[in-house]
Amino acid sequence: MENRTYKVVGKPYRKKDSMQLLLGKSVYTDDLVPRNHLVVKLLRSPYPNAIVKEIRTDAAKKVPDVVAIYTWEDVPQTRFAIAGQTFPEPSPYDRLIIDRHVRFAGDVVAIIAAETEKAAEKAMKLIKVTYDVLEPVLDFRTAKDNPILVHPEPDWEPPCPVGGDNKRNLVASDSTEQGGVDAVMASCDIVLDRTYHTKAFNQATMETFRTYTELDRYGRLHVISSTQIVFHCRRILSRALGIPKSRIRVEKPRIGGGFGAKQTAVCEVYPAFVTWKTGRAAQLIYTREESLIAGSPRHEMQIRVRLGADKNGKIRALDLYTLSNTGAYGEHGPTTVGLSGHKSIPLYTGSLEAFRFSYDVVYTNHQSAGAYRGYGATQGIFALETTVNELAERLGMDPTVLRDRNMVKEGMIMPAYYSEPANACALDRCMEHCRRIFHWDEKYPVRDMGNGKVRAAGVAMAMQGSCISGLDVGSAALTLSDDGTYNLVIGAADMGTGCDTILAQMVAENMDCGYDDVAVFGADTDVSPYDSGSYASSTTYITGMAVEKACNQLKAQIRAVAAGMMGCAPEEVVFEGSHVRRIGSNQTVSLKDISYKAQLFNDQPVQTTATHTSPISPPPFMVGMVEIELDKETGQLTVLDYMAVVDCGTPINPALARIQTEGGIVQGIGHTLMENVTYDDRGKPMESSLMQYKLPTRLDMGRLRVEFEHSYEPTGPFGAKSIGEIVINTPAPAIAHAIYRATGVWHRELPITAEKIVFSKPE
Amino acid sequence: MEIKLKLNGRAITGYVEASTLLIDFLRDQGCHSVKRGCETANCGLCTVLMDGTPILSCSVLAARAAGHSIQTLEGLQEEAAEFVGFIADQGADQCGFCNPGFVMNTIALLRENPDPTDDEIRAYLAGNLCRCSGYDGQLRGIRGFLDSRKK
Repeated sequence: MENRTYKVVGKPYRKKDSMQLLLGKSVYTDDLVPRNHLVVKLLRSPYPNAIVKEIRTDAAKKVPDVVAIYTWEDVPQTRFAIAGQTFPEPSPYDRLIIDRHVRFAGDVVAIIAAETEKAAEKAMKLIKVTYDVLEPVLDFRTAKDNPILVHPEPDWEPPCPVGGDNKRNLVASDSTEQGGVDAVMASCDIVLDRTYHTKAFNQATMETFRTYTELDRYGRLHVISSTQIVFHCRRILSRALGIPKSRIRVEKPRIGGGFGAKQTAVCEVYPAFVTWKTGRAAQLIYTREESLIAGSPRHEMQIRVRLGADKNGKIRALDLYTLSNTGAYGEHGPTTVGLSGHKSIPLYTGSLEAFRFSYDVVYTNHQSAGAYRGYGATQGIFALETTVNELAERLGMDPTVLRDRNMVKEGMIMPAYYSEPANACALDRCMEHCRRIFHWDEKYPVRDMGNGKVRAAGVAMAMQGSCISGLDVGSAALTLSDDGTYNLVIGAADMGTGCDTILAQMVAENMDCGYDDVAVFGADTDVSPYDSGSYASSTTYITGMAVEKACNQLKAQIRAVAAGMMGCAPEEVVFEGSHVRRIGSNQTVSLKDISYKAQLFNDQPVQTTATHTSPISPPPFMVGMVEIELDKETGQLTVLDYMAVVDCGTPINPALARIQTEGGIVQGIGHTLMENVTYDDRGKPMESSLMQYKLPTRLDMGRLRVEFEHSYEPTGPFGAKSIGEIVINTPAPAIAHAIYRATGVWHRELPITAEKIVFSKPE
Repeated sequence: MEIKLKLNGRAITGYVEASTLLIDFLRDQGCHSVKRGCETANCGLCTVLMDGTPILSCSVLAARAAGHSIQTLEGLQEEAAEFVGFIADQGADQCGFCNPGFVMNTIALLRENPDPTDDEIRAYLAGNLCRCSGYDGQLRGIRGFLDSRKK
């Protein structure tokens, strides 16, 4: 473990955009775009599975100020995927801009473009649609090999072989095994076989999905969108509209929250199509209802865990089967499911002799699922960690001690994690640390408060990745400006998380300058160097290393210019931050003078781009502990204390790492206790507003306490791993554990509402 | 219809339809700090002050503002700047989309109760949703500001 002290890295700098955001400046899509654009509205199907038999738009088109109405007859017939993933996408090409076959209640039937919102809404009411209503597939447990096919079309196309078959409602399926699970399981003293069910939670970003499109001064399609994936978005639009990428420019301004929701091009194609057809600027802003019923929520999963252990609590075998519901379209279906096993099972590398992980991903007539912070790991960790807690309770062992004996430790190879190494792993220290600050020994015993309420505690561990190994690409372009300051341009998307800030901190540390001497810009496909985008927890780890490389390249360029000024070879000078010095002398030239020289009779660039990728994806680790108070009469649950200790390697900005953790925990509390996406028996979504889709408020969380255990990841910038996603993974299993302690009931389905608690009896 | 009101201290005349919501009128006036996060008065993002009292501009007709004084964050920059830096120091601004709403409500709180307890802050801001921060950092920021005033 490296123990360097840094000047800028590891310090809680304010975000580069903080004061603009806190003072309410115009920085988001709808604040920035010109006002005279067309308003785009979408007519959506009321049926979860239907064919549009006839659609009549003549009356609607006569509404004054209506400019265009498009139906399935007007759009290109090339299928595409809207998942923001590296080409070739694992997600199937199963969408059209408008499909005659609508596959969920909320699927698009017509695009309306008008001068005003009022005209668009009036026209929407006048469109006459006759549907051939079909029986839907609503229960994902019956979807595989169901005679009703969600995607019967012959041009359904998977760009990657992921085990899908549209004739079986199957998007993907796979199985991996090591060590002979069945034999090891047969020799175990205790085998737990449990099935869990997690729901399609909504990201509920405060800024709903939105995109503005116009033709720029070159007649190209210029897209300003609230997106995490500018480059993937350009590629998706290129395929969907059938126009070359060089004709498209995508940029993102500030984004009002992402959490993975905006790793899918949920709404971009519609205004883009309008602009491409009409030549007019257009904007589509999803209502909260549209964002809730036609967004890209978490994949609903059913996970069966078989856990084999010996009587001393050694976890010897794990067998997971995940059934994942991708909904009407396959975005992120084949990939999220993988994390439910690959990022849960390795937590127990310490003792595991054998594992198997298999899965099926199925289509149903629900809204399409997508990427959500945690990306499958959240679901898998809820299932596995709850089973491990049950094992501890069954054996009468302290669940933290049970974990001490089984957890992955630094230096181990993790067979269930693509045999990648745990180069940096402080999970053991996280557990010890969390036990101490939480006062686990005092809080773990159930305490009857004498007023019908009991207090109890629960625990869970978690891991995630720091990129998609062997796949993600991050880049950084760094320029020496003519006053000796720096401009960093990235293609990663700061969505509030603060990546602009932490990458600037890395530049400042590498270039030995002040944080304020680094300006950051991102992301714009015309300007930014290629970056996969901000997802998979990859920006700190991947783009951070690109920044480090760019800094080293730029230093060499600066030395070359300086050497020329001093009349010596570049090898004879050394870069010292504010100046370059000739080795063995006091002769220096200042950075400012070098930057001016770079613009005067000079052929040496002081501008460089570096790109990084990684064959491994070092997992961050964490431990979460919760204390609850539960009213046994009403089932009402209050979170009193939530404590977490996180190993994200080196926290580049501890204030931002802490906020990430706190925010993730509160989202996790929401999923565990109150949030839910449900459908009625005809497939209509039930939660269409924030009145029905309940988000945690300031009054729904207890005291939060977050601390860090540092480790040093040798392949990451300054030893850093990731932080953004892992933090959402512990609340569900930790709270479910505490509820068991308080009530004697294991809840294996989320959310665990007061009603469920009060109406359930111990097994 | 024509409405006359005071917007951020300036007398203005606006032309609205009977159904125009105050939030849309204000955004049309260039007050982009006023954000829409829902359509059901659940998120608090569109909070503005009407005659000094916080209201949800998504649930008030623009016509109702006639004859009143409306303040948005655009008009309260100095008052906000006194304390928002403390929230920035916590990194609790995050995506920022909810910030103007809870900053406006914090201004109203501090005018009403210059020295609130943590529980009073939580209760007053309970209607201001934030999906990023987990709320604690915002509280620490406001607490930091209040403590700094006592020094």
